[in-house]
Amino acid sequence: MAIHQSKIARNIWLGIENLLLHKLRSFLTMLGVVFGVGSVVAMLAVGEGASKEALTRIQKLGSNNIIINSVKSIDQEGQSTQQSYMSIYGLTYLDHERIRSNFPNVQQVAPAKLIRKESKVGSNTLELRIVGTTNEWFDLVPRQVLAGRVFDKKDVENFSAAVVLTEFGARRLLANKNSIGQPIKIGGDSFEVIGIVKNEQGMAGNIQIPDQQVDAYVPLSTIKKYFGDIFFKRSSGTITFELVELHQVIVQVDDIQYVESTAAGIERMLQNFHKKNDYVMSVPLALLKEAEATKRRFNIVLGSIASISLLVGGIGIMNIMLASVTERTREIGIRRAIGAKRSQIISQFLIETVVLSTLGGIVGLAMGITIPLIITFFAKMPTVITAKSILFPLFISVGIGIVFGLYPAINAARVDPIIALRHE
Amino acid sequence: MDIVRFKNIRKIYEMGAEPVHALDGVDIGFAKGSFWAIMGPSGSGKSTMMNILGCLDRPTSGQYFLQEKDVSTLADDELSDIRLKYIGFIFQSFNLIPQLTVQKNIELPLYYLGWDAERSAARAKELAAKVGLETRLNHRPSELSGGQMQRVAVARSLAVDPQLILADEPTGNLDSKTGEQIMELLTELNKEGTSIIMVTHEPDIAAHAHHRLHMKDGKVERIDSN
Repeated sequence: MAIHQSKIARNIWLGIENLLLHKLRSFLTMLGVVFGVGSVVAMLAVGEGASKEALTRIQKLGSNNIIINSVKSIDQEGQSTQQSYMSIYGLTYLDHERIRSNFPNVQQVAPAKLIRKESKVGSNTLELRIVGTTNEWFDLVPRQVLAGRVFDKKDVENFSAAVVLTEFGARRLLANKNSIGQPIKIGGDSFEVIGIVKNEQGMAGNIQIPDQQVDAYVPLSTIKKYFGDIFFKRSSGTITFELVELHQVIVQVDDIQYVESTAAGIERMLQNFHKKNDYVMSVPLALLKEAEATKRRFNIVLGSIASISLLVGGIGIMNIMLASVTERTREIGIRRAIGAKRSQIISQFLIETVVLSTLGGIVGLAMGITIPLIITFFAKMPTVITAKSILFPLFISVGIGIVFGLYPAINAARVDPIIALRHE
Repeated sequence: MDIVRFKNIRKIYEMGAEPVHALDGVDIGFAKGSFWAIMGPSGSGKSTMMNILGCLDRPTSGQYFLQEKDVSTLADDELSDIRLKYIGFIFQSFNLIPQLTVQKNIELPLYYLGWDAERSAARAKELAAKVGLETRLNHRPSELSGGQMQRVAVARSLAVDPQLILADEPTGNLDSKTGEQIMELLTELNKEGTSIIMVTHEPDIAAHAHHRLHMKDGKVERIDSN
């Protein structure tokens, strides 16, 4: 066994020595595999990076969640400008109650009412974007609590004048840990800051992350009690009154396998109670599935392009090895005359080809790892290099050496030593 | 005992319409430890005879005994094994592998024999010293003179300590002085017990052998001995 191993090592070394005899030729021959492997690794890294980014964003929405948003429907819009100063649309408290009680797989439901109010902490006055919600929100949109606490069921039941600031809102108000327990004026009423939570920014697919552009959370019951449901909006000189009970409802389903059926059920129920199309339902799970399908398609396209470039690289190697066998006919004759078996000639040339293609694979890998780093650095695009995206191309380049080296090697072994020794 | 014996060996090449009888019923034995020269004009069958002797080719009919073993019907791998273990080759055009150093060229048969690198290197150095090239171990063939190249080839043929050395016009590419040195080397090897069969068409080179086999038209014409 030891002899056998050292023989392979010597064969590999012999292969390297032979390749070094024609450095430029070997290098040029390798290029096909270098670029093939390099582009596979680089494309995999960019693809993985993009899909990982999409997946984490979608996961921030919660893959068990269904998000329903109130929207002004188009005919509603027309009505509001032509006939009425009052526009009434969107999800209602009743919708929230029906979703909560009528669907067996619904685990939790968080309603959200979005208002804008002048607020004051210390000497800072700002218009805050406030979400009126229940304690369930913090289960469905789990974020790290940076200071203090979030409000609980009791706060909701007792109409507590409690405010949880988001990191973003806290920064705007110049509030910090020391602001916990401090009073905050919202629309003239006095509230107390009880905590600060982290918040996330950005989009996931076409769904907005729920806590994007939120400055503060206040119990929904408190908002209703203090401010009511009707708000007015000034736009280009006219005042419009708006009655929107809930702007958003987030539904959590107990098991991922029921998400789609529950979403369909809620949709049917809402259709019964809403004459107008004044809500939009988004299912992050559907987005997740779509993102995964996109990734699969991307991988297939990429795989086809890569296999073409690797095929071209392999043919290039085969071409040179065939030429090399012809060029080295005499050497083959000498080796055969001295006593080398056909199989030993095959393994010599096969190993040489595998060394060539694997070397190409390693150089290509180095290139394929560098390119994503450059992309991340200059284009600020995330790239991910996984163990799979390193091992797979290496494995492929060894495979190319074997597949495209076999024919030249067999050709070499077929050489008749008597004729080969006369070969000039 | 004969190191090799031909029993009614025929070799027929099917070329064109007329089959060519390269060897036409050859019966001859070469005694162990002897030194033979095979002579004859081109086309007389001496190259074919060397190829069969060297197990590079198989006879069309007849039997070839190497050390009393019939090898005329062996498979390719078995013939490779016999070439490796029993026969050393020396060629007119040296046939060294150009990209390998002198040492690596000498080690080549040992590599196929499965010797480890260290033992092979020691053997190569010993043989290089024997042919007077101990200072050229790391040179490539292209850096050597013709005589030196042929001495490397002799060293290589001795690597596995073969029973039989086959030399095909070993001095054909050398000037007479260097050729004479190679012949002295071969004579010395023969004295140490190695059987040698050599093809040549130069009478004064053939004079070094104990026996001269004259071939004509694929047949043994005559044999003369010292």
